Amino acid sequence: MTDQSRIRNFCIIAHIDHGKSTLADRIIEMTGLLTSREMQAQVLDNMDLERERGITIKAQAVRTIYKAKDGQEYIFNLIDTPGHVDFNYEVSRSLAACDGAILVVDAAQGIEAQTLANVYLALDHDLDIMPVINKIDLPSADPQRVINEIEDVIGIEAQDAPLISAKMGTNVEQVLEQIVEKIPAPGGDPSAPLKALIFDSVYDSYKGVIIFCRIMEGSVKKGTPITMMATGAKAEVVETGYFGAGQFIPCEELSAGMVGYLTASLKNVKDTRVGDTVTNTERPCAQALPGYKKVNSMVFCGMYPADGAKYPDLRDALEKLQLNDASLQFEPETSIALGFGFRCGFLGLLHLEIIQERLEREYNLDLVTTAPGVVYKVHKTNGEVIDLTNPANLPDPSEIDYMEEPIVSAEIMVTTEFIGPIMQLCEERRGRYLGMEYMEETRALLKYELPLNEIIYDFFDALKSRSRGYASFDYEMKGYERSELVKLDILVNREEVDALSFIVFAGSAYERGRKMCEKLKQEIPRQLFEIPIQAAIGSKIIARETVKAMRKDVLAKCYGGDITRKKKLLEKQKEGKKRMRQVGNVEIPQKAFMSVLKLDEN
Amino acid sequence: MRYLEIYIHIPFCVKKCDYCDFLSFAADKETQERYVEELKKEILQWKGRGDETVSTVFFGGGTPSLLPGGWICAIMEALRERFPFQEGAEITIECNPGTLDAEKPAMYRAAGINRLSLGLQSADDGELCLLGRIHTWKDFLESYQTARAAGFANINVDLMSALPGQTYVSWEKTLGRVLALEPEHISAYSLMIEEGTPFYARYAEDVKKREQGLACVYLPSEEEERRMYLQTKELLQRYGYDRYEISNYARPGRECVHNCGYWERREYLGFGLGAASLLDNCRFSNTSRMEDYLRGVRSAQPAQRLSVKEQMEETMFLGLRMMRGVSMADFAETYGVSMDSVYGDVLSRLEKLGLVRTAGGRVRLTERGIDVSNYALSEFLLE
Repeated sequence: MTDQSRIRNFCIIAHIDHGKSTLADRIIEMTGLLTSREMQAQVLDNMDLERERGITIKAQAVRTIYKAKDGQEYIFNLIDTPGHVDFNYEVSRSLAACDGAILVVDAAQGIEAQTLANVYLALDHDLDIMPVINKIDLPSADPQRVINEIEDVIGIEAQDAPLISAKMGTNVEQVLEQIVEKIPAPGGDPSAPLKALIFDSVYDSYKGVIIFCRIMEGSVKKGTPITMMATGAKAEVVETGYFGAGQFIPCEELSAGMVGYLTASLKNVKDTRVGDTVTNTERPCAQALPGYKKVNSMVFCGMYPADGAKYPDLRDALEKLQLNDASLQFEPETSIALGFGFRCGFLGLLHLEIIQERLEREYNLDLVTTAPGVVYKVHKTNGEVIDLTNPANLPDPSEIDYMEEPIVSAEIMVTTEFIGPIMQLCEERRGRYLGMEYMEETRALLKYELPLNEIIYDFFDALKSRSRGYASFDYEMKGYERSELVKLDILVNREEVDALSFIVFAGSAYERGRKMCEKLKQEIPRQLFEIPIQAAIGSKIIARETVKAMRKDVLAKCYGGDITRKKKLLEKQKEGKKRMRQVGNVEIPQKAFMSVLKLDEN
Repeated sequence: MRYLEIYIHIPFCVKKCDYCDFLSFAADKETQERYVEELKKEILQWKGRGDETVSTVFFGGGTPSLLPGGWICAIMEALRERFPFQEGAEITIECNPGTLDAEKPAMYRAAGINRLSLGLQSADDGELCLLGRIHTWKDFLESYQTARAAGFANINVDLMSALPGQTYVSWEKTLGRVLALEPEHISAYSLMIEEGTPFYARYAEDVKKREQGLACVYLPSEEEERRMYLQTKELLQRYGYDRYEISNYARPGRECVHNCGYWERREYLGFGLGAASLLDNCRFSNTSRMEDYLRGVRSAQPAQRLSVKEQMEETMFLGLRMMRGVSMADFAETYGVSMDSVYGDVLSRLEKLGLVRTAGGRVRLTERGIDVSNYALSEFLLE
């Protein structure tokens, strides 16, 4: 039985790139669990994709042992939280599993919008926040300014915050000592009925679902009959354990205050939703833990196999991914242009991109993805309300009374010199200005309400480019509002291409249609005949471009009997054709179907 | 008996041209000498079935005429020592103006070489300079006349259109000047901007623009290029040159037998650095690394045995480069299946698009098919 006073459960919160993962690595390294040689660059991020993108996708946890200066050994349970708004709910559940949070702030950049969002989230969960100033090795570092900023803006004591360089390992020791001193030990009655919070779950083909949980009260061990209070799923615990770095280490029992995992031969992560409460079936707790909600997909798109014969492979791959990702939704759909595929729902655009990349990389699928859209509420004249996820399913205009679109509340932190351009961007995206707060002389927090469909396109890129990378951004769903929306159709060679249709605000339709035609003109290579590209609302053409016919391709020299080169050239040509979709007589490159995403380039 | 076409690669140049991506480079005299020694060794040591007879020889490069004339004669001697030659075999040497002195052509003649291919590319000195060539129009003229004087009755001139800065007018001047000399054969290629060359660094942006049909900065526009191309065809045909391959024109009976061999898939054997061969439906190449070749290393990679499918693909995409096209009867005889059973779909699709024509038992590219030959030929690659 572990003494609760020797346990520290905490997470690290930070704006993207402020050094969260690097600090986590240092903590793991310096608590002696791993030698430097065993350290991969970033131990916590064990998915390849995460390492490449440098962000943390799914919450994970690690347990390390720290021998403090007081001579005692402490168990550190470090719970890693995802660093992106798409995963806000998962973040909140991870925070709920902690007793304190280390707030990492970049010594040069100071507080960013995401820092604030995360801090507020942590305060909502009553976590004690321990600030750490990172990257003091940067020439532009100004720790004192950042300390003052933390005190002024967030209102927490920061004068004794460790000034560290996680990268160089400078002063990380101080962080470890402060964890012991400042993060409270967990509470909870070990003899009370079991009450455990699920903060993540993964599927393993041997063990089934592995539930990551924090025991709030009671205890659990092999043989304990358990119930998930929200989903109602029941099972018997097969194994309990804790998280070594990158591995699961079984243990006898998990009791109140501990963080660990349990397996129970569950076959589907849908049964073990993040935020749900695990209790003992025979001796249930009176009330589930607060805060559980079923997360809904915010962004939808069509995903089609480039090779139609791979449809079953795509279905299998999506099913497998769903085992580990309860927030991924999909259902079959068909497109005239793209054949059989799936309409998939995601938490946000990043989630979409991650799934897309995993399908391509881990399952070797070549995908055609249609432009992402949001869920619109279509109020029909007969009183029926439908949730529209696929533009192709929009009822006839005569049947539509009105439509509603999702709106988000957004906070944008920006240096004062860029306030103008950013406000202009928000106006262009139909933003409703709510207010502005000065964080300090040179920085302000802008508050806007924006339609979700205006930010799922390239809002983030536009924000970065108009602020030279200085703006940061965070948002949450607010609700639905009535809006003037139309369906924009694209005709290629006078044939409507269903997969290119999208819903757009009526006032932006002309502009979008024109840009879409221009973009497609660049994306569609010249072919043997001239191809008109048109944008239409209903039967009215609002924009047109023409792809000129191919006059001549190069007459390659065939020399010295080196046939292989010639053949490679032809193979390349043929390969190029394969990556096209035949729509009528026209070959459309697969990436053209995503081009609506990049309308604001240049 | 087995007829063999022989290719001899001489990879040396005075200086590499800025557009060139062939296996060629400048080298010191000693390397050249060791190379020729190694080349002769390779020829003499080659082991065949024993019934080979040489039907054509082609000295290509690089610049074969860079070597002392005696060395070429020595290589010819090695070939004759190793192989019997067919009566009247076509023996070609590529020469570049500026490397061909007064004696060389006569020495070539004496060694039995009967066809000379001169790399001119352009008759405009400004364009030649831009290409990074080492010679002028006048140098070419001297080389041409020396060759004629030595008795060469079969001369090819290599030309290139679509050069940076070239206009329809300057191209017409080049064609006119060359036609006045009445060579037996003219090769007229469009310049290709190859990756890895200085030209690529200079003109890659332009190529991209041209592909999209936009205006170029340096290269002739697509329209201009096309005009040059149409003009070449028309003018050369008017002067009695028959276009027998996409980019090759000849007076009657003067088609290059050696090059036709590549397109008709006759067997050939390459000697020298990086030289490619086709024997018994295997394709293989010598190493491209000079230091390896000089150490006696020959092949860098194992021979690639062509499957029947690959042979069929080659028959089509190589054969269709010839204006006479591919004979359906020959196809059926070679492969034991009809062309229709393999390519029926492709042929009817391309025919519908107006890119190929079937007539008289042969399949040919149409004019439009030649225009977009990469597109059309790639269709013949099987899954």
